[in-house]
Amino acid sequence: MRSIKKIEMPLTYEKVKGLKAGDMVEITGVIYTGRDSAHKRMVQALEKGDEMPFELEDSIIYYVGPAPAKPGAVIGSAGPTTSYRMDDLTIPLIETGLRGMIGKGTRSKKVIDSMVRHGAVYFAAIGGAGALIANSIKEAEVVAYGDLGTEAVRRLRVEGFPAVVAIDSYGGNIYDTEREKYKR
Amino acid sequence: MRELHVKEIENAVREMCISSNYNLPEDVYKKLSESKNTEESEIGRDILENIIKNADLAKENRVPICQDTGMATLFIELGQEVFLTGGDFEDAVNEGVRKGYEEGYLRKSIVRDPLLRDNTGDNTPAVIHLKIVPGDRVKIVVAPKGFGSENMSRIKMLKPSDGMKGVEDFVIQAVSEAGPNPCPPIFVGVGIGGTFEKVAETAKRALLRNVDDCNPDPSLAEMEKRLLLKINDLGIGPQGLGGRTTAIAVKVETYPTHIAGLPAAVAINCHATRHEERIL
Repeated sequence: MRSIKKIEMPLTYEKVKGLKAGDMVEITGVIYTGRDSAHKRMVQALEKGDEMPFELEDSIIYYVGPAPAKPGAVIGSAGPTTSYRMDDLTIPLIETGLRGMIGKGTRSKKVIDSMVRHGAVYFAAIGGAGALIANSIKEAEVVAYGDLGTEAVRRLRVEGFPAVVAIDSYGGNIYDTEREKYKR
Repeated sequence: MRELHVKEIENAVREMCISSNYNLPEDVYKKLSESKNTEESEIGRDILENIIKNADLAKENRVPICQDTGMATLFIELGQEVFLTGGDFEDAVNEGVRKGYEEGYLRKSIVRDPLLRDNTGDNTPAVIHLKIVPGDRVKIVVAPKGFGSENMSRIKMLKPSDGMKGVEDFVIQAVSEAGPNPCPPIFVGVGIGGTFEKVAETAKRALLRNVDDCNPDPSLAEMEKRLLLKINDLGIGPQGLGGRTTAIAVKVETYPTHIAGLPAAVAINCHATRHEERIL
């Protein structure tokens, strides 16, 4: 078995620099959710100089639109959504201090260049494993854009959230390197 | 003539929306479990194991397999000897979807206007494919499909001279470009023939087939096998993180077409290929 790196939030520049594409990680602490519509609003807020829904510096955004929580549960199924849809809206957030993103699927060259320039990392979680991933989410609270329903920004407290470093802050990208290995 | 109250349709749709989102079909589950033993990539095996664990957990705790509980897509065959009473057919289907998504704690993912993007709040309307058939029964198939994979589906109007090779190249190109996005291992439906809209529906219907069956036409069965091998040679693997299990099945369906055309469609479904059928 490969070893698992434990990451405690906040995700500092130094911690990011210690992560390499292919590392298995478990994330613990506070992270925030945001997907298509929330990204649009956050970028608009940045452009206007309005307040952000949370402190971006050394934070992680998890691309997810969770299913509703059943009575007694913290959250419903909560697996990652496909990240490329956020590509065009990601760079202003990285430039403002966003340190990590969790999603699925690869990122555009522009996003990767920005990650390298500013020291950010991209994690992949298992798409379609929403029931399993929900187990690592201990608290969930809507902190902004409540009108967006599942797309609202949520503050999550996670414990041992399982992910893999898919693209590191040096530009290493396992979507490219691993696929090449198994190609015939 | 057999009378059927639309409330029965509503109830069936409501129940199936919930159960199809909680329970992975047996054949898909079995195939994913088997692929865990043949996958060469360590990370791929780990992912497959977690996908299986997730399906078990969803079934046990009665929660959705995936948070993307889809746009409710229904394939309904209405016997022409059925006389529907008690209200409007489409309203009944949508009421079933509304109740199912609410009672089942399923995600409401539908926006009313594709450009303004305000959420309808109840996951309606559904997409309904209706066919009138002989008999006095109603067959309802509910197939919730997430949009991670829906976004990766493709249509191409090929030339007749492109032939089988042209279709196969198009399928491989679509799957290759989709890469990790549709949540592999995927289930691939290929439609060939018909018209622009018919070919898409044909590909979609192919996703309802059993993982282990093959097309009764020997040359199409061969094509399915060949495509599956070629797709798995792309190296994409589980979640696109490399490996030999990129697809668990490829199903090809055809329909007669025009002398000038060769429409082809690739419907890609994620590993959580969900569908349930009931006959009323």
